Amino acid sequence: MLHIKCPHCGMRSQNEFSYGGDATVKRPELGKEISDQDWDNFVYNRKSLRGKHWELWQHLSGCRQWIKVQRDTATHEIFKTLKANEEIS
Amino acid sequence: MQKYSVFNLVKNALSNHENWDLAWKDPTPKKEYDVVIIGGGGHGLATAYYLAKEHNITNVAIIEKGWIGGGNVGRNTTIIRSNYMHDDNALFSEFGMDLWRKMSQDLNYNVMFSPRGIINLAHSDAQMNTYARRGNSMRLNGIDAVLLNREEVREIIPMADFSENVRFPIFGGLMQPSAGTARHDAVAWGYARQADDMGVDIIQNCEVIGFDVSAGKINGVRTSRGDIKAKKIGLCVAGSTNILAEKLNMTLPIETHLLQACVSEPVKPVLDKVVTFGAGHFYISQSDKGEMVMGGDLDGYNSYAQRGNLPTLQHVLTEGIAMMPFLSKLKMLRTWGGIMDMSMDGSPIIDKTHIEGLYLNCGWCYGGFKATPASGWTFAHTIAQDRVHELNAGYSLNRFNTGHLLDEKGLGTKTWIS
Repeated sequence: MLHIKCPHCGMRSQNEFSYGGDATVKRPELGKEISDQDWDNFVYNRKSLRGKHWELWQHLSGCRQWIKVQRDTATHEIFKTLKANEEIS
Repeated sequence: MQKYSVFNLVKNALSNHENWDLAWKDPTPKKEYDVVIIGGGGHGLATAYYLAKEHNITNVAIIEKGWIGGGNVGRNTTIIRSNYMHDDNALFSEFGMDLWRKMSQDLNYNVMFSPRGIINLAHSDAQMNTYARRGNSMRLNGIDAVLLNREEVREIIPMADFSENVRFPIFGGLMQPSAGTARHDAVAWGYARQADDMGVDIIQNCEVIGFDVSAGKINGVRTSRGDIKAKKIGLCVAGSTNILAEKLNMTLPIETHLLQACVSEPVKPVLDKVVTFGAGHFYISQSDKGEMVMGGDLDGYNSYAQRGNLPTLQHVLTEGIAMMPFLSKLKMLRTWGGIMDMSMDGSPIIDKTHIEGLYLNCGWCYGGFKATPASGWTFAHTIAQDRVHELNAGYSLNRFNTGHLLDEKGLGTKTWIS
């Protein structure tokens, strides 16, 4: 069982959260010329590497806020959590 | 190579079975091969076998970081089926069914193919309509499909919960009678033994460190056991696809996720079909040893752990008991996990890449094992002829770019959603 520290509520068990995928993916900006490749990268292509991974989770059975979590995809160690509007440093 | 036969069994019994040939050798890697297959799983072994058998290319090496049978080919729940609706998936899988039926004779190795049938349960009128549509599509592609009503399902699996007062009452189901199971280890060993006999070098404990690419062409691979040159290289590494893609500066429509399975203690024969309870994220069959083999959906977040997390297992078994209450009396024998190459539309990729001589086989999601022979056959064709076969034409890498997705389950790009 993962234990995720929600930046709003504190340490909670994984059961309260749902997953939202890679947090580093950025939607192409509106009003700019966007290539098919840009859309492809945004919608489909993922690095999904072994090791540290920034990802989105939603504290669904808690405060319902989206948060960012940095987790190791091999060991499941969680290094950092951020509010959704905080930039990944 | 000694043939496996009753005659040889008796003959070797006389010498206490101490003089059998090794099933495959342990060669030192050569400096150069015509084709190098990275990944000694079921698909890699099958690819090498069909390269030798169908295309007469035998100067081939399979490079495996671990050992033969240690990855997903030994971790799956052994289900074989072709109950797909979309033409590309249906025709590819049904081609594979033919190879499964002939496999034991073909490989001179008993893979214990058991076409016992699979039932997908339905729990509403709407789902029955969907299954009728899928069944009709299957039949148009020459695949057997039978729509069962509630009473017909009860005849076959009377141990399921048929009470009215449940969250997902059983309305009926879609059955593919020719689907079934096979012994997964035997599939790996059988392909490895035959490939080795035809001259393929199976190199275990050999990790790929990097690639030698120049001017858009692949020249070879750097490994923990030295550099190996090859003009053609096939990537066939399932859950490790993203790691090797990064070494090639490629970003793929693949995420790596963890899938768990488990078996109960062995019991007397009770279930002679594969049964899936999709609404409850649960499926089950009974092995020849009597164990109930069970699985469900992904753990739900990117993972390379090769071992599972308890909440998912608890969910899977809770649903299992809801469908077949007798399971609550059984003890769990083993649980394990494997890492899956989840593609963004749920269908695989067997294609050439933008690098000349580099071929890609990945994205098998929940369905890698049953695809083993068809994947090997079509990947061997793609590598040998340097062009895709019509059977894997739909499994192109650029379909994500052009919008020709094969989204069989209609789930979209959230690979972890079930």
